[in-house]
Amino acid sequence: METNSLFKSGHTACAGCGQAIAARLVVEAAGPNTIIANNTGCLEVFSTKYPETAWGVPWIHSLFENSAAVASGIEAALISLGKKDGINVIAQGGDGSTGDIGLQALSGMLERGHDILYVCYDNEAYMNTGVQRSGLTPFDTNTTTSPAGKLSSGNVRPKKAVPEICLAHGIPYVATASAGFVQDLTRKVKKALSIKGPKYIQIHVPCPLGWRHESNQMLSVAKAAVETGLYPLFEYESGILSGSRQIVPKPVEEYLKLQGRYKHLLSNPEEIKKIQEIADNNIKKYNLRVVP
Amino acid sequence: MKEFLEGSHAIAEVIKNVRPGVISAYPITPQTHIVEDLAQIVANGELESQFVNVESEHSAASVVLGASATGVRVYTATSSQGLFYMQEVVFNIAGMRLPVVMTCANRAISAPINIWNDQQDSLSLRDAGWIQIYAEDNQEAVDFHLLAYRLAEDKRVMLPVMVCMDGFILTHGMETTDMPEQEKVDKFLPVYKPLYKLDPADPMSMGLLADPDYYMEARFAIQETMRESLGILTEISKEFNNIFNRDYGDLLVEEYEVKGADKVIVAMGSVCGTIKEVIDEQRAKGKKVGLLRIITYRPFPYARVYEALKDVAKVAVLDKAVSLGAYAPIAVEMKAAFFGKKKGPKVISSFVAGLGGRDITLETIHEVFRRLSTKEVNSDFIDLKPELLKEEYGD
Ligand SMILES: Cc1ncc(C[n+]2csc(CCOP(=O)(O)OP(=O)(O)O)c2C)c(N)n1
Ligand SMILES: [Mg+2]
Repeated sequence: METNSLFKSGHTACAGCGQAIAARLVVEAAGPNTIIANNTGCLEVFSTKYPETAWGVPWIHSLFENSAAVASGIEAALISLGKKDGINVIAQGGDGSTGDIGLQALSGMLERGHDILYVCYDNEAYMNTGVQRSGLTPFDTNTTTSPAGKLSSGNVRPKKAVPEICLAHGIPYVATASAGFVQDLTRKVKKALSIKGPKYIQIHVPCPLGWRHESNQMLSVAKAAVETGLYPLFEYESGILSGSRQIVPKPVEEYLKLQGRYKHLLSNPEEIKKIQEIADNNIKKYNLRVVP
Repeated sequence: MKEFLEGSHAIAEVIKNVRPGVISAYPITPQTHIVEDLAQIVANGELESQFVNVESEHSAASVVLGASATGVRVYTATSSQGLFYMQEVVFNIAGMRLPVVMTCANRAISAPINIWNDQQDSLSLRDAGWIQIYAEDNQEAVDFHLLAYRLAEDKRVMLPVMVCMDGFILTHGMETTDMPEQEKVDKFLPVYKPLYKLDPADPMSMGLLADPDYYMEARFAIQETMRESLGILTEISKEFNNIFNRDYGDLLVEEYEVKGADKVIVAMGSVCGTIKEVIDEQRAKGKKVGLLRIITYRPFPYARVYEALKDVAKVAVLDKAVSLGAYAPIAVEMKAAFFGKKKGPKVISSFVAGLGGRDITLETIHEVFRRLSTKEVNSDFIDLKPELLKEEYGD
């Protein structure tokens, strides 16, 4: 790997970490004239253990839930210095720091109209603290705080619709992406950064440890989420659905069976039916099905 | 120039002179007038600054953190619940060695909810790594903000500074205040040049994870800087006097009739005005009483306090805050200042008064002196209403 990379190797992420790959794609799409504010979470921990850092762009970590506000301060400071033009400001964090504890800071950032791209790396649980559920953990997922058991089939509620929450702020660009679709991800980051104002991209990033799949299965797991309709890839520009990745929908089992976190469901057709319904709704809502 | 101003307005005016590039705050009584006035000053074009209207104090502190890390002078202000809500960020700012300056308009803490003055809010954040200075009147509050920026941005310090002023009593009080002229401010406070900043031309990472091999040194460094700041405060105070012709001594404590006194009250903030009145009256009657006013609470000036009070027989520490279940916040430091020392007061009694805005009157101060006997007391509450206590506890 080139030594002047904007996200150097040698960090301490697990093998097959989807977030590490996505984070690298994001910063490389953004380029060197970028400042990043990062929430606490796996990415922050594995990329910046003192005295080393993986980052080749200016990067700051303050707390778990405030990267949107820290980035707001960075953007305001750049305007004050007359240096905002030509510098991208990115705030980023995991699903927990974005959609749960940091939702207020994110909302504030969106509402104030800062020229900032917010990137959420969605591995669908609090991974850094040991796979506890977050608001973005999908329905029926087995985590350490939504365990499957005699009385439970995992997480009781569907995934919180954070992209929709962001859309409701009337911001110019909202998209989802996946570590399994590299070109699409890179294109969306570049597009977002070409638009002035607040932008939100949520990237599905498999976590071999938390989702319990083989490290070398990262890409297939990511792809299966999209191809079943469980993780729709879409773009909203100025509030209008402007694009979605077309699929020939596969049954959801194709995705579930790859991961230990859904093992408890495989002998439970009732529950799988409910998950299939979620996928079917997505397929309708975002026009995902390839027109034959 | 002397002007008759509300405290909050005077603070907003001096912050205008300081020219912060980014201001962010969230409204809470009694801090509101300061930020409203600043918003107007920015809206009028009198100050070129990014005024970031946030959704919470947590974000206000985070915004100034991010802006400061980008190399810009910043300002924020809060009170009470607001300070507690941003507490996590407050500690973080100090750990990251960012020269943020904040006004704390001191107010009581809920529950019961109470908007009036005491000093529980800032004193509860005494371990945050912020330098804390307490103003007695609005002139000091104004001047201390200039001193705060000079101190925070001093390359030997690089720590945030909290200027504490009693809510309502100072923030809403009208006083004749000698407002600093812009040229003098510029002379005293040069344009901020950061040591480190977030800049794509020279990328660096800030806020890294420090494991047990590295964490302690980062904390030790702040502790050392705090100790060294005691001398730097004094140095900066002298320079301030040279330019503005107002003398705050060493900026650590003020000795008021302490020489030759056998009873001294130790206190902090606006209540010292009331105490001085009582001292004057008592001295006129030949009573040997005095006041030691703590100006800088963090770093705590132990050596200076020791020197000032080592020959005084009895000391009454008057706190406008409590540490529930322990010695009150100033009292505990006074005990520490004399612990194991050869000389020192025979009695250091601790009194609590003025919580949640209860008036501290001349009579309150007389009562403190009356209760300051040979029998030491700990967290003795003054001006309690026995009839209310009866309701609370029954008979
Ligand atoms: C205020 C606060 N609460 C809790 C934590 C503990 N904590 C650190 S990271 C984390 C989970 C991170 O989850 P997520 O944001 O999804 O990122 P991931 O590690 O999964 O990438 C938690 C709970 C903290 N650091 N600060
Ligand atoms: Mg996560």
